[in-house]
Amino acid sequence: MPNQKKYWKSEVELNEQSTFVEELAQKEFAQKLPEDILGSTELPDSDTSRRDFLKYMGFSTAAATLAACEGPVNTSIPYVVQPEQIIPGIANYYATTIVDGFDTASVLIKTREGRPIKVENNADAPVNNVANARVHASVLSLYDSMRVQGPTHAGVDVSWQTLETNIGQQLAVLAEEKSPVALITPSLASPTTTQIIRDFQKKFPNVTHYAYDTVSETAALNAFEKAYGKRALPSYDFSKATCIVSVDADFLGDWQGGGFESGYAKTRVPKGKKGNAKMSKHYQFESNMTLSGANADYRFPTTATEQQFVLAALYGVLTNQSFPTPLSANLKKKVSAIADQLKAAGDGAVVVTGLQNEDAQRAALAINQVLGSAVIDAQHNTLLRQGDASVISQLVNDLNAGKIGGVIMAGVNPAYTLPNAEAFVSGLKKAKLSVAFSMKNDETAIHSQWVAATPHYLESWGDVEMKTGHFALTQPTIRPLFNTKQFQDVLLALSGSTLKFDDAIKAYWSANIVSDTSFNEALHDGYVVTNQPDNLRYNDNVDALVQRLARAKSNAGLELHLYTKTGIGDGQQANNPWLQEFPDPISRITWDNYLTVSKADAKALGLKNINQSNGALDGSIAEIKLNGITVKAPVLVQPGQAIGTVGLALGYGKTAGMKSEMQVGTNAYPLYQNFVPVQTVTVTATDSMHEFACTQLQNTLMGRGEIVRETTLEIFNTKDAKHWNPMTQVSRDHVEVDVTSQKADMWQPFDRSIGHHFNLSIDLNACTGCGACVIACHAENNVPVVGKREIRKSRDMHWLRIDRYYSAEETFEADLETVENISGLGESLSTFGKMEDPSANPQVTFQPVMCQHCNHAPCETVCPVAASSHGRQGQNHMAYNRCVGTRYCANNCPYKVRRFNWFLYNKNDEFDYHMNDDLGRMVLNPDVVVRSRGVMEKCSLCIQMTQKTILDAKLEGREIKDGEFQTACSNACGTGALAFGDINDKESEVAHLKEDKRMYHLLESVGTEPNVMYQVKVRNT
Amino acid sequence: MASHYEAPIRKPLVTGNKSYHDVTVDIAAPVENPPNKQWFLAFGIALTAFLWGLGCIIYTVSTGIGVWGLNKTIGWAWDITNFVWWVGIGHAGTLISAVLLLFRQKWRMAINRSAEAMTIFSVIQAGLFPIIHMGRPWLAYWVLPIPNQFGSLWVNFNSPLLWDVFAISTYLSVSLVFWWTGLLPDFAMIRDRAIKPFQKKIYGLLSFGWSGRAKDWQRFEEVSLVLAGLATPLVLSVHTIVSFDFATSVIPGWHTTIFPPYFVAGAIFSGFAMVNTLLIIMRKVSRLENYITLQHIELMNIVIMITGSIVGVAYITELFIAWYSGVEYEQYAFLNRATGPYWWAYWAMMTCNVFSPQLMWFKKLRTSIMFSFIISIVVNIGMWFERFVIIVTSLHRDYLPSSWTMFSPTFVDIGIFIGTIGFFFVLFLLYARTFPVIAQAEVKSILKSSGDKYKNTHSHE
Repeated sequence: MPNQKKYWKSEVELNEQSTFVEELAQKEFAQKLPEDILGSTELPDSDTSRRDFLKYMGFSTAAATLAACEGPVNTSIPYVVQPEQIIPGIANYYATTIVDGFDTASVLIKTREGRPIKVENNADAPVNNVANARVHASVLSLYDSMRVQGPTHAGVDVSWQTLETNIGQQLAVLAEEKSPVALITPSLASPTTTQIIRDFQKKFPNVTHYAYDTVSETAALNAFEKAYGKRALPSYDFSKATCIVSVDADFLGDWQGGGFESGYAKTRVPKGKKGNAKMSKHYQFESNMTLSGANADYRFPTTATEQQFVLAALYGVLTNQSFPTPLSANLKKKVSAIADQLKAAGDGAVVVTGLQNEDAQRAALAINQVLGSAVIDAQHNTLLRQGDASVISQLVNDLNAGKIGGVIMAGVNPAYTLPNAEAFVSGLKKAKLSVAFSMKNDETAIHSQWVAATPHYLESWGDVEMKTGHFALTQPTIRPLFNTKQFQDVLLALSGSTLKFDDAIKAYWSANIVSDTSFNEALHDGYVVTNQPDNLRYNDNVDALVQRLARAKSNAGLELHLYTKTGIGDGQQANNPWLQEFPDPISRITWDNYLTVSKADAKALGLKNINQSNGALDGSIAEIKLNGITVKAPVLVQPGQAIGTVGLALGYGKTAGMKSEMQVGTNAYPLYQNFVPVQTVTVTATDSMHEFACTQLQNTLMGRGEIVRETTLEIFNTKDAKHWNPMTQVSRDHVEVDVTSQKADMWQPFDRSIGHHFNLSIDLNACTGCGACVIACHAENNVPVVGKREIRKSRDMHWLRIDRYYSAEETFEADLETVENISGLGESLSTFGKMEDPSANPQVTFQPVMCQHCNHAPCETVCPVAASSHGRQGQNHMAYNRCVGTRYCANNCPYKVRRFNWFLYNKNDEFDYHMNDDLGRMVLNPDVVVRSRGVMEKCSLCIQMTQKTILDAKLEGREIKDGEFQTACSNACGTGALAFGDINDKESEVAHLKEDKRMYHLLESVGTEPNVMYQVKVRNT
Repeated sequence: MASHYEAPIRKPLVTGNKSYHDVTVDIAAPVENPPNKQWFLAFGIALTAFLWGLGCIIYTVSTGIGVWGLNKTIGWAWDITNFVWWVGIGHAGTLISAVLLLFRQKWRMAINRSAEAMTIFSVIQAGLFPIIHMGRPWLAYWVLPIPNQFGSLWVNFNSPLLWDVFAISTYLSVSLVFWWTGLLPDFAMIRDRAIKPFQKKIYGLLSFGWSGRAKDWQRFEEVSLVLAGLATPLVLSVHTIVSFDFATSVIPGWHTTIFPPYFVAGAIFSGFAMVNTLLIIMRKVSRLENYITLQHIELMNIVIMITGSIVGVAYITELFIAWYSGVEYEQYAFLNRATGPYWWAYWAMMTCNVFSPQLMWFKKLRTSIMFSFIISIVVNIGMWFERFVIIVTSLHRDYLPSSWTMFSPTFVDIGIFIGTIGFFFVLFLLYARTFPVIAQAEVKSILKSSGDKYKNTHSHE
C-alpha cells in the first residue's frame, strides 16, 4: 500500500480549493520579475525596487572590477590558412648540415610550429653524423639577440639593393684599375660555392679567393700534399683500429675537424667471446690534458720536442733504423714496446699526430704507410681544411702595403682570430672596399665599410663535400628571421646571374652529383654518397726529415700549447650561453679559459689555485710574454700537464657583438704566431687572483672505487665477474646477503613487470666525456643558464653532468690499494688529506650522472607535499607545480642530481641570457615547462619523449620497437655510451645490458635501486 | 600540608624573609612601574635586530632563496641550523614546568614561568625557519592536511618534515595552554592590584575571570597536572621528530639511530643554558635575587653538566659507530667532521658542549654567577655549532666526490639569524614588563612561613 501521508510546506497547501497552490505549481517565481530598467522610459513609474537596484549596481560594480583586471596580453596570430605539414604540437624534422669552418656535421633539426628548437644527429648519414656539443648548441645561436638584423653601411641601415649596387660599382672600378680584391672565406669544401666563386672571378678577374682556417692545419695539409700530391686531409676510420698511438693529436677533440669519437668508441668496448674479449689499445703522448689523453689506456705527458723524438723513435723501430734521440731511457723502452704492439696490430694500427710540424706530419703518414694502416684512408680525403698560413700572412702584409683594393669576407672574423689582428685591421682600413658578410657586429664587421647581414645556417642553403664522394646539403629550417642574405646569393647577383643560391645548388647537383637519386631525395636525407674514391699514390721519403725530428732542439722557456676547448672551439659561438656555461670536460670550469700549468711548474713560478670559503676556485693571474706580446690569463694547475709546458685555449676574450655577460676569458689568438700552436713563452706570476666558476671542486675519487668501477682487460677476461664487479653484501641475521636481494629490503616488492619500465645504461668504456649529451639535455629540457656568478656559488642547473675524476696515485687501482692499506686513525687522517690532491699524471675517468630514477627513491619519501613521486614506468617524477621548495629531496639525494631554482631564471634582467628576450625564448621546447623560482627540478628521463613514442604507437595501433624510446642524451650520444629503453621488452638492448656482467648501479649499497645503470670501465692496460 | 614540610637540612628556596605580600609586591613591581633606560636600550637593540631580520626575510621572499649562501650540494645550512637550535632551546620550558612538576621539584616554581615564556618565544622563532626556507613560502599551507580542491593532492605522511609540522604545532599549542593556565592566578593578582581601569580591563581579560574560589584552585591544580602529563611526552617527542629529519635520511652523518636521544639531551642542554642566560640577567634587572637564588642556578648548572655529558657520550658513540660500521662513506663523514675543512666548527662544538660543562664539577665554579653566565652562552654557541656540524659538514661531502663543495653564509643568512634573536628578545623584554615573571601563586606555596628560620627570627617578636 502506497504511503498516503501528505507532506506540506504551509497550511494553505492543505486547502485543496486554494488557487494559490495551483498558481505556485505553474509559476516558478511567485513575484513578478524585475524588467529591464534602462530601456524603460517610465523610469519613475517602473516597478524596479530598491533591492533590484542594488542588485544591478552590485553586479555592475563587480563586473566592471573584473573587467579592469586585464590578464596579460599575448599577441598571437592564428593560422588563417594552416601551412602544409605544420601541425601545432607535432614536430617536423629536417636533415641539414652545419659547416661553419670549424665544425661539420650532418644533423637533423627538430622544428616545432616552424621554429627550429633542437639539433639531433643524422644517424643515417655515413660521415660526420655525430654532432658535438657546439653543434648541439648552434640552434641557440640562431636566436642570438646580438645578430645583425640587416645590411649596414658605416653603421647605417641600407637596403640590399643599395649594398649590391654600390659594391658592384666599386668592384667594377677596382677591376678596371686591376686592383686586387681578396675574398676571404673559411675552407668551404662546397662544390656549388666554389663554382659560384669561380664565376664571380670570371666577372671580376682581380678577385682572389683565400681559404682561411682560424685554427690552421697547414702542416698536415702540406705533409699530405707532399706525400700524396693533393692538398687535403686524409680521413680516419677509428672503428678499424686495434692499436692507436696519438702524438699530441686530440682526435676526440677538434683535431683535423674532429668527428672521430663514434668510430673510436666502437673499439673501446670489450667485445668477443667470454674470456677472449678484445678492445683497442690507445697510447697518447701529449702536453695538455685532452679528451683523447683522458680516454687513453696509457698517457705520457711530454713536451712537443719529446713528441718529435717519439715519432722519430717509432719510425726508427718500425723501419729497423736507428735515430738516436735524447729521450729518457724509460720513454725509449716504452716507445719500442709500443712499436712492437703496433707491428703486432697489423692494419689495425694507426699513428696520428697533431704536431703542427710538416716533418712530424709526414713522419706519421710514413709510419702509417709502413704499418699498412687501414684506419687512415687517403683516397677519401677531405677539403674541410684548406687554409695556408703563409698565404694568409702574405695577405695581411699586402693589405698593409696598400696592394689590396678590396676585401670581401664571409663567415670569418680575422680581426679577432688572426694573431696579428691589429695589423689586419690597419690594412683593412687601407682597402677601398671592405665588406663583411657576418651574423654579428664582430671585430671584423665593425672595421668594415659594409656589413652584409648573413643568415644562420638553419636559415641557409648550402652544400659540402665531407670527404671524397660524400656530399651533404644544408637547407633552411625557418624563414630568415631578419633581413639577411647569404654571401653566395650576393656573389651570384654581382656576377650578373639571375639564379638564387638554392637554384644554383640544385642545378649544380643535378648536373654533377645526383645521378641515380633525385635532388629532393638527397635533400630529404641530407646527404648523398657517390663514392668515387681518389686514386692517390704515396710517394715520400722521410728518412732525412726523421733525422731532423730526432735532432729537434727545445727552446729555453715554457712551451705554450694553444688548443680549442670542447665548449667554445674557435670562438664563433662565444655569445652562446649554453656553451659558455658548458663545463669543460677536463677542467669542469665554465665561462673561462685559463693557462693550464703543471703542479711542478706552478710551484716554481709561484702560481696557485685556492678555494674560497664557499668552495669557489680562484687562480693566480699569470703574464704570458711572447715576442713583446703580453697576455694575461688566470692559472689552473692541471694534473697531467707535461712539465715545461702550459696550455691556453683559443676562442675566448671576444668583445665585439657580445653581451657583456659573455665577454669572458682571455684572447689567446695574439699568441698564435704564424699559426703555430706551440710557442715558447715566458710566464710570470702577478699578485692578482682570478675568480673561476668551476662545477666540480673535488677532483679525485678519494679511493671510492665503488662509484666508478673499473678493471683491466686481463682481469675482465680471466676472472669471474664477482672479482671485478662485486655486489655489495649486507649482513642479515648474521648471513651475508646481496644488498639488492629482497631479503635486504624492508619494503614490499612492487610488480614492475607490467607496461613499460625505462632504464638507461651508461657504458663507462664508450663515454669519451665529450659533453654533447649535456647540451642536448639543456636544449630538450629548457634548462636555464644561470651565469658565471651563480656557477661560482655551485649552483649550476645541469640536469646531466659528466663527473671527471683524477686518480690521486698514478692509477685508480693504486688509489684503492692506498685506502685499503690505511692502518690506524692517524694514517687515515693524513692519507685522505693527500688523496684530495690529484696525481701529477693521473688516470682520468668520466662518469655521466643524471637523476638515477631510483625505485626506492630517498627524495620521494621526504617531500612533505609529495611533489616527488614514482611513476609506473620507473621514472621518478617531479611535479613542479606542487613543489614548495624545501630542498629536502636534494639533501637526501645520494647522487646530488637535483637542481633548485634559487632565483627566477627567465624574464629576469639579473639573468640576461636567452630566456630574458623574446628571440631567445623561441628556442624553448614547448613540451617542457619552464620552471619558476623556488622549485626543484631534475632529469625526467625525457618523459615528454617517451610519452610521445607511446602515444604515437597507440595512435598507429602498433607495438613499440626497441630503439624508439630515446632520451635527449641517448639520442645525442655518438659513441653509444648511453642506451635507453624498456627493460620489460626482454629483447631490447637495454634489457640485455641490464643482464650484462659489467652492469652495476651507482651506490648500490644505499639500496636505492636505480633505473640508471653503469657498465664497468675496462682499461686495456 | 606536604609542601610545608620542613626539612631542616634543605636550603630555603626563597630567601630574604619574604612575606606573602612581599612576594606579590616584588613580582608585580616590573609590571606596575615604568621601565628604566636600560630596558629601553635593550629593547631598542632587540627591535633594531628584529627589523633588520624582517628586512632580510622580506628580501629573501621577494627575490629568492638564492640570496642565501646555499648551493646544489648544501640545500640547508643556517636556516635549518637555526630552526633546530631554537626548537632545542624551547625544550627547557616544558621540561621545567612539566617533568619537574611531576617529579615535585619545588625549585622549578621560581623559574618555570620564564622558562616557558622562553619556550614559546623560541618555538615561534623556530617555526619561522621551515616557512621562510621554502622556495615558495606563500604555498606553505600545502604542508597542512587541509581538504582541498586541487585534485587528489594530499600531504606525504612519510615525510619527517610533515611530522615536524605536527610536532612543532602541537608543542607550541600545548606549551601555550600550559603557560597560560599557570598565568591565570597571577594575572588575576595583577588585575586585582591594578589602579587604572585600562590595565584592570586588560588583565581581567587575560586572567579569564579568575575568581580565586577554592573550585578555581582545585581545577587549576588538576589542569596543571593533566597538562604536565600531556606535555611530558612532548619533551621527548618534539626533538625526536626533529632528529628524524636527519635520522631517516640516507646521508652519512645524518643516517644515525642515536639521533633521537642525542637530540633530546642536546635540546635540554641548550634549553637550560638559555634559561640560565636569561634568568641571570632577569634576577638582577628585576631584583628577583631572592626568588631565583644561587641554588636555582646551581641546580640548573648540574642539569647542564649532566646533559652535556650525555651529549658528549653521544658524540663519541657516533665516532665509534662510524668506525665500527665499516662503511667507508660513514667513516669518512666523521673523519671529515673532525679534520676536514669544517674542523673548526666541530672543535668549537666539542669545546663548548663537551669540555666546558665539565667545569661544573667544581662547586666553586657552578655557584659562580658570572661563570654560569659565561658557560650558558658558551653552551648555546656550542649547540648552534652542533646543528651546523650535523647539517653542513654532512652535506658538503657526501657520497659522490664530484658534488663536494663548501658553504659560506651571506649577510642575509646572518641577518635573519640575528633578526630572530632580536625578535626573541623583543618578545621576552615585553614579557618581562607586562607578565608576572615568576609564578607567584605557586611560589607562595613554598614560602617557609613556618620554617626553622622563620620561627627563630619571627616567633619572638
